[in-house]
Amino acid sequence: MSATTERSITVTINGTTYEREVEARKLLIHFVRDDLDLTGSHIGCDTGNCGACSLIVDGTLVKSCMMLAVQADGATIESVEGLADGDELNKLQEAFRAHHALQCGYCTPGMLMSATALLRANPHPSDDEIKKALQGNICRCTGYWNIFEAVKAAAE
Amino acid sequence: MLLREVAYAKPASLAEALEILAADDGARALAGGQTLINVMKARAGSPDTLVDLSALEELKGIELGGDGTLEIGAMATYTEIMASSEARARPILGEVCAQIADVQVRNRGTIGGNVCTNDPTNHLPPLLAAFGARFTIAGAGGERTVSSDDFFLGVYLTAVGSGELLTSVTIPAGRNDGFAAVTLGVEGTCIASAAASLNGSVRIALGCVDAVPVVLTPPSDDAEAVRKAVRDANMEPPSDVHASSDYRRHLAEVLAVRAVDQARGAA
Repeated sequence: MSATTERSITVTINGTTYEREVEARKLLIHFVRDDLDLTGSHIGCDTGNCGACSLIVDGTLVKSCMMLAVQADGATIESVEGLADGDELNKLQEAFRAHHALQCGYCTPGMLMSATALLRANPHPSDDEIKKALQGNICRCTGYWNIFEAVKAAAE
Repeated sequence: MLLREVAYAKPASLAEALEILAADDGARALAGGQTLINVMKARAGSPDTLVDLSALEELKGIELGGDGTLEIGAMATYTEIMASSEARARPILGEVCAQIADVQVRNRGTIGGNVCTNDPTNHLPPLLAAFGARFTIAGAGGERTVSSDDFFLGVYLTAVGSGELLTSVTIPAGRNDGFAAVTLGVEGTCIASAAASLNGSVRIALGCVDAVPVVLTPPSDDAEAVRKAVRDANMEPPSDVHASSDYRRHLAEVLAVRAVDQARGAA
């Protein structure tokens, strides 16, 4: 297959399959937000530090500002929009609400995806395992303790 | 951020990948992308074509030979190395991979990308230099294998030439290893690092003090012998906002001793 600056990709996000033409230079986060209008995932630093753009791609937690949309061709993706069942928050989201684990909320979609990936792989994490799992997500409000408590509560 | 326009190819075989790389001077290999994509955002690098290596089976897998030799495909991610029962033959490898950045970066970043970038602050160049690892490079003329002494050539520069790809890293048997670093934040970039391997002989590799890992072979693993070897290397480490040259030289000595202590503890 020769190199092209544009190609057609197919991705399944939260159970819905999309087929789109994308430029090779487009980051996955821009594809998800701008082309698919799934704006729950955020762009914070755009340098791979903050984790606000975290998505689960084929079961693996990634920062979607450090991946091209074309690299996700054929992938199954989970984003924050897929967590709730309609208006019904899932257990982790409820725990975030109960523990006031968000202030401005900007980092929340990334925190939720990182915590989702953690609890799926390790349903009963230790305190240190929770902290390590959230290491790639920065909360500019510095509300880390409440986020930690929420993840811990969701794991119980 | 919108990147400069770039073409993208996802070859299905190593031969096809090498063909695309050889045909186009502006083509660059895309491994995990955890460095390259940010480099492209900053316009510090602007490849014309990205050759995505993710479909190349030839670059995958972690194998343990009967003699304890570990062969790791260039596209093995840090997470895969951490989880690999084979890679546990050299336990320090998974331990150091677990110190790189964060979960998301470890899920996509690869051993091949880490060493081919050869950023002096990266963790794996000094570790693999201390192991005396060997690097298999494929090109139009076939395969060749180079030692760690010949692989790391300069900042961002390795023996992997234009039109070539690193396919695997071969690590000899051994368990008595150590690694110590002073980093920016708990698991951040290294300010100074040292790796030690006490498997038959004493081999230490220092990171962040020169363009390539500085390999030392003191006559014994005694702390004073290690300190003397570091001092006798007469290094001129770079100064930057994180550490002066003098401080890096001091850290190199301290970290070399810590790495050797850990390696001795593993014995």
